Amino acid sequence: MKYIEEYRDADLTNKLINELTSILTRDWTLMEVCGGQTHSIMKSGLDQLLPKKINLVHGPGCPVCVTPLELIDKAIALASRPDVIFTSYGDMLRVPGSTSDLLSVKAAGGDVRILYSPLDSLKIAQENPEKTVVFFGIGFETTAPPNAMTVVQAKAQGIRNYAMLVSHVVVPAAIVALMESPDVKVDGFLAAGHVCTVMGYWEYEQLSHHYEIPIVITGFEPVDVVHGILKCIRQLENNEHKVENAYARSVVREGNPLGQAIINQVFELCDRTWRGIGLIPQSGYRLRQEFSHYDAELRFPEIQSIETKESELCISGLVLQGRKKPHECPAFGNQCTPQTPLGATMVSSEGACAAYYRYGRYAKS
Amino acid sequence: MCLGIPGKVIELYETNGMKMARIDFSGVIKEACMEYLPEIKIGDYTLVHVGFGLSIIDEQEAQETMDLLNQISAMSQEEG
Amino acid sequence: MINNPNLAAWTCPIPLKNYPTIVLGHGSGGKMMDDLIKHLFSPAFDNEFLAQLHDSTAIDLTDTFQSVPPNRLAFTTDSFVVSPLFFPGGNIGELAIFGTINDLAMSGAKPLYLSAGFILEEGLPMKTLGLVVNSMAAACRRGGVLIAAGDTKVVNRGHGDGLYINTTGLGIIPESVNISAKNARPGDAILINGNVGDHGMAIMSVRSGLEFETTIKSDTAPLNNLVDSILEVTTEIHCLRDATRGGLAAVLNEIATASKAGIEFDEKAVPIMPEVKAACEVLGLDPFYIANEGKMIVVVPKAKADEVLMAMRKHPLGLNSTIIGSVVEEHPGMVTARTSIGGKRIVDLPAGELLPRIC
Repeated sequence: MKYIEEYRDADLTNKLINELTSILTRDWTLMEVCGGQTHSIMKSGLDQLLPKKINLVHGPGCPVCVTPLELIDKAIALASRPDVIFTSYGDMLRVPGSTSDLLSVKAAGGDVRILYSPLDSLKIAQENPEKTVVFFGIGFETTAPPNAMTVVQAKAQGIRNYAMLVSHVVVPAAIVALMESPDVKVDGFLAAGHVCTVMGYWEYEQLSHHYEIPIVITGFEPVDVVHGILKCIRQLENNEHKVENAYARSVVREGNPLGQAIINQVFELCDRTWRGIGLIPQSGYRLRQEFSHYDAELRFPEIQSIETKESELCISGLVLQGRKKPHECPAFGNQCTPQTPLGATMVSSEGACAAYYRYGRYAKS
Repeated sequence: MCLGIPGKVIELYETNGMKMARIDFSGVIKEACMEYLPEIKIGDYTLVHVGFGLSIIDEQEAQETMDLLNQISAMSQEEG
Repeated sequence: MINNPNLAAWTCPIPLKNYPTIVLGHGSGGKMMDDLIKHLFSPAFDNEFLAQLHDSTAIDLTDTFQSVPPNRLAFTTDSFVVSPLFFPGGNIGELAIFGTINDLAMSGAKPLYLSAGFILEEGLPMKTLGLVVNSMAAACRRGGVLIAAGDTKVVNRGHGDGLYINTTGLGIIPESVNISAKNARPGDAILINGNVGDHGMAIMSVRSGLEFETTIKSDTAPLNNLVDSILEVTTEIHCLRDATRGGLAAVLNEIATASKAGIEFDEKAVPIMPEVKAACEVLGLDPFYIANEGKMIVVVPKAKADEVLMAMRKHPLGLNSTIIGSVVEEHPGMVTARTSIGGKRIVDLPAGELLPRIC
């Protein structure tokens, strides 16, 4: 596949790693923000091939992992209603709520359907006029324009039996929260390449300047990741801090203006609770007033008073902030496995715990 | 987050007032919405996430970056 | 014979013509069920055993074997609930026949007789049933087996996804053949007979919400003949497993666990069609977990590997056969893979139903 295979080239990857090794003079801790990057690193075994002086910590860029527990419970409540068809990206189906998960609701007879494109929700709504189609609108900024377009189209096509359960989160606020936390010690960031495809990277310039930290926009394939790390380490070794773009084939500084425009048209920033981390101000999106009748929480007000109960053993919050590695959790591999997950980071295909369990625990054993 | 896969635009059309395309991913063809890429043309490569094109792959940038990376790796081989 | 749902191609015989769809009466044991058997199932599966039309079929094995040696009767059952019923490259009927033939073949058995139990949903079009049954008849001929017993039930509308099929199979394992998931030993070579992921992605391509245009077809096929051609070269096959649900990863894990040995394979060595690879990328799926219906893992002593590989490659169902890895002493019970960049990763059992992802 063009623009994928060549970035998985073993020879190029390993030679770039050699170059990296040759310029390192000390240990550095880098955080890759995006869960997709974590997944790719672990799946390719890149973490084992990198020089030991580089400590990669995995950031909270996994929308599945950080969707608040109460939203999962709300999703489960809605999906259990006989008058609702609940549509979602596949990632969310196994995420544990307080007592259940969407896959179990499906098994019990709930109409839960997996989609590839959010626009398919509208088709389902038109085919089932007697039910309400509720779509689980998760994601970072990358997924916001597609989710936003669905709302705009619902309005334009006069589709009334559609609603979205919104759980969007944004990256810059998370980086601020991490940098403000005294427990997080990160020397440089590998920023999320696909978020930046939409948002550009102009937002990171003042973050890089303020916290005096390198931020390199990085892609996902092994060559892309090593390229990003190389740029980051070069800055650190030269005592520099700025924003650089190591994913120029897809990212430009301004991002995608139309994508940003529709986000602004449909959503506005709001405070959001990140599962395992807590409340981060101005870190989420909610539907603007003129689209509020598409908000599932307003359409079904009874779900607003849901009580949640998180597992006491789960330390996914510490993992998401890079403060602990998954195998340092006492429940890791025992009570908590991909089959019996206690927290979202063990379920999501890119959750750090799942990635470690699936790909990396041999290296640790 | 964000599984984004590059594919080639092979057809452009409109549905419900939205610009749509058929995208060829190495022989697998799927429809995607091109509303955020008004300047996209047939033959362009686009990064597709959840059925939406989010960027047009800059082929020149890609080539330049690849050349640069190959240069770095060649130099590193000489030193190593 | 019929391999695609060209519904016009099957003509409904009288008196079934009076019923364009299955009704509860077709499962009630009366005249209607009798008509269904007489005019659909019996002509399709026509053989002396089925013609007995008793509650159970009497089979005399003395012509085939003087007597059945101890522990040599292979017996298996499987139920087929695939949806949609027709998919690129096949239908539920072929899966039902080839699936059970393959389960028998994986013990090294010669498949002989199958039973076929049908659970029909009220409202299932008679034509659909006719096409499936005729596909099964063709599949039996291709696999060299006979349907010697059958059953039909009808369930209320809303249950049964249209059609479920159970097939149970009997076969005889030749003496000196001892194939089991427990028999893998460090040093053994691991082979596969061709491309992974075709079947699962063919199904995915017609699955509502995820569909895509493609030429990917299911690889559903009977593997007994291919197994015979390996047995002609050597009877020293340690393991055979068809990589159905859960794909390559599932069977390698089953073997590693049962044999208490480690398995290592090379990701780049596993054959995969570029289209299947692309489809997996787009939906965020790992091809090693995707179901196959005509692929098997063959574990043989290293010394026999090249011979076996040559024999497999001569067979139409093994043209793309290749050695993908080996059984090792390290990490018993665990399967690891050498990645495309030369790293190492664990390849676990799948967590459950395979879910596409966007993240």
